[in-house]
Amino acid sequence: MGLKNWVEAPAAAVVPATRSKLNWLRGAAARLTTPLLPDDYLHLANPLWSARELRGQIVEVRAETADSATIVIKPGWGFNFDYVPGQYIGIGLHVDGRWHWRSYSLTSPPNWDDKLISIAVKAMPEGLLSSHLVNGVPSGTIVRLATPTGNFALPDPPPERILFLTAGSGITPVMSMLRTMNRRGQLPDVFHVHSAPTDADVMFADELNRLHDEHADFRCKIQLTRSEGKFALSSLDEVCPDWRERQTWACGPLPMLDEIETLWRDENIEDNLHLERFAVSRADTSGQGGTVTFAKTEKTLSIDGATTLLEAGEKAGVLMPFGCRMGICQTCVVPILSGHAVDLRSGKQHAEGDRVQTCISAAAGDCTLDA
Amino acid sequence: MAITDIKEFAHLTAADIESLGRELDGIRLEVEDSRGIRDARYIRRTIRAQRLLELGGRLALFGSKYRPAWLIGTAMLSVSKIVENMELGHNVMHGQWDWMNDPEIHSVSWEWDQTGPSEHWKRAHNYSHHTFTNIVGMDEDVGFGILRMTRDEPWRPINLLQPIANVILAATFEWGIALHDLASARELEGADRRQLNSQANKDFARKVFRQVGKDFVLFPALTGPAWKSTLLANATANLTRNLWAYVVIFCGHFPDGAEKFTVEEYENETRHEWYLRQMLGSANFNSGRVMGFMSGNLSYQIEHHLFPDLPSNRYPQIAVKVRALCEKYDLPYTTGSLAKQYLLALRTIHKLALPDRFLRATADDAPETSSERKFRDAGAAVVETLRTDPVTGERRGLLWALRARAEAKIASRRRR
Ligand code: FES
Repeated sequence: MGLKNWVEAPAAAVVPATRSKLNWLRGAAARLTTPLLPDDYLHLANPLWSARELRGQIVEVRAETADSATIVIKPGWGFNFDYVPGQYIGIGLHVDGRWHWRSYSLTSPPNWDDKLISIAVKAMPEGLLSSHLVNGVPSGTIVRLATPTGNFALPDPPPERILFLTAGSGITPVMSMLRTMNRRGQLPDVFHVHSAPTDADVMFADELNRLHDEHADFRCKIQLTRSEGKFALSSLDEVCPDWRERQTWACGPLPMLDEIETLWRDENIEDNLHLERFAVSRADTSGQGGTVTFAKTEKTLSIDGATTLLEAGEKAGVLMPFGCRMGICQTCVVPILSGHAVDLRSGKQHAEGDRVQTCISAAAGDCTLDA
Repeated sequence: MAITDIKEFAHLTAADIESLGRELDGIRLEVEDSRGIRDARYIRRTIRAQRLLELGGRLALFGSKYRPAWLIGTAMLSVSKIVENMELGHNVMHGQWDWMNDPEIHSVSWEWDQTGPSEHWKRAHNYSHHTFTNIVGMDEDVGFGILRMTRDEPWRPINLLQPIANVILAATFEWGIALHDLASARELEGADRRQLNSQANKDFARKVFRQVGKDFVLFPALTGPAWKSTLLANATANLTRNLWAYVVIFCGHFPDGAEKFTVEEYENETRHEWYLRQMLGSANFNSGRVMGFMSGNLSYQIEHHLFPDLPSNRYPQIAVKVRALCEKYDLPYTTGSLAKQYLLALRTIHKLALPDRFLRATADDAPETSSERKFRDAGAAVVETLRTDPVTGERRGLLWALRARAEAKIASRRRR
């Protein structure tokens, strides 16, 4: 190992490899601040100065409808604005002493100029985090961020003809696509069907109208489901006769997506279809257990509500870390990637983004562990 | 021999132990349910205070050629290291703050300012020590493999050096812990001690290199002409932390009344008996808020052993309830002043340095180790017949039996 590598080593995992000088400095500083990183001290001055993890600060909360809002965030060090429109982002928020994680679609076009991003959130009944974001989060709040991901994304350049099918907050990833294309001045022929219960529930209504007015090629059909009923896919032939030739992006409730998927498959054009399933998975509180997936080893196993995740892993032949097997040593802690688990001692639910003690936790519905 | 039957020793029936266990589970749930913003603020403030103290101390040491600056810098660094070690490192790695779901304050990712890597420590401490607490032969924290702390262990000539070994251990406590943990990490890996390139050895070497490099090379070098006094200051801060950590640990585990157990006891143990073992195996010392904080709330060692993963700032409040339970079940709650607890530990260290023929008590009935056998002379039926005082109707249990024995002993000595 050369001297340069040696000095940089402690910071190698946290700084993008592209900034070599910074790495050198950080690595050198890390030698002094061991076992902490320089970040841990920089936080003291400014919570955004972290390269160990992505952070951001909420700069604005703008109401969209009665129960939805756009949250504008200024990301801190190390955020890469080269995301693809349509991707989503993980956001961690501090509520009552705990950090909660959720994923939301980015609604902002990728943009290095003003260094801001935005998400749009719709308050869900019983959705602790979404309600907090829509109704209570003050600007200035520091949040944690996870890098944008997802393959529900718009290619660059976009296809010549596009069909968007969205409903409810399913419009958010599409909004990012529309804004990006508009910004780049390359809005192609787009037909957009968006469903919402009533007029007042249509997110981004003004913006959609404006786009409609400004671009002859952008046609938007708003379906108000409470008065007009569900949008019938069979009417596509009528409103958008060339739908079979269009690249289609769809995002909304699961039944809608299933219906779309079936139709596209029947028509043999499923290659044109891009789906985003934003099912808010709910914990299964029946105590029936569920199917556990071990992501790293790609093994799965169905277990009942009394079998611990540790036992499940061992049965499936996954090498799980363990110690006391009674919940006192924390040797067995593993992050949940998706789904829910329940602490057998206290009955507490754990969700995606939490780390659980596998020796005293069972599956609450299907879940995926990072093991 | 140490305790083989905790039920008999504690003068409790299986049903008693179960209901005691349920009450303790209740305390745990209550605390779990009420963890919130105030606890989170507590730990974040502690972290901030510690980091500022360290920064301040390091800065002050740039002027360490001047005596006042040296004193202030050293004091700040010492306090910072103590807080980092006790209230932060130890407690965070126990998972006390995992509930916050904060990746930066989490047992999985925390690394501490000590020679041994935290991964090694967690294995030896969180797992071995907290699972097999005070089981002679399984919990290596009983004497740390250096000191003979119970008569259950046969005397060896090397024990004569115990008083000296004790002083060395105290001064180099972090190294003692680090080597102790390294051994258990090697064991886990299945690596032989002569296999120099084992993962455990490599992790250990890397950590030692960084720790020593920071305190004894880099920082002194940075202060230039003040390097000598900075070096001395850093060494002093480490020494202070070592001594304090040592005292706290010894007061939590080795005063009289902190019982030892046998492997048989462990093998037949129920989950609720595990609670009882933790309760009888640990000792507290009296502390106010400052002392509690500086000891990482390990002045509440009993509470810590019952609930190692509940937030430390809650131990004082838990202690009130645990104490009440002890009263209810007539169990001893071992506590005393720091000085008293330490002197008791010290007495054991010096006494057990001697071969058995110089010791009067037996492993069944000594101040530092006892077993249910010491009550057998009163007849095994003692539990049943003496449960309630025939006159007052008060509950009688272990505490009553211990007092009765002590009184009888004094009386018989007087008669002689
Ligand atoms: S194995 Fe010890 S807490 Fe799970």
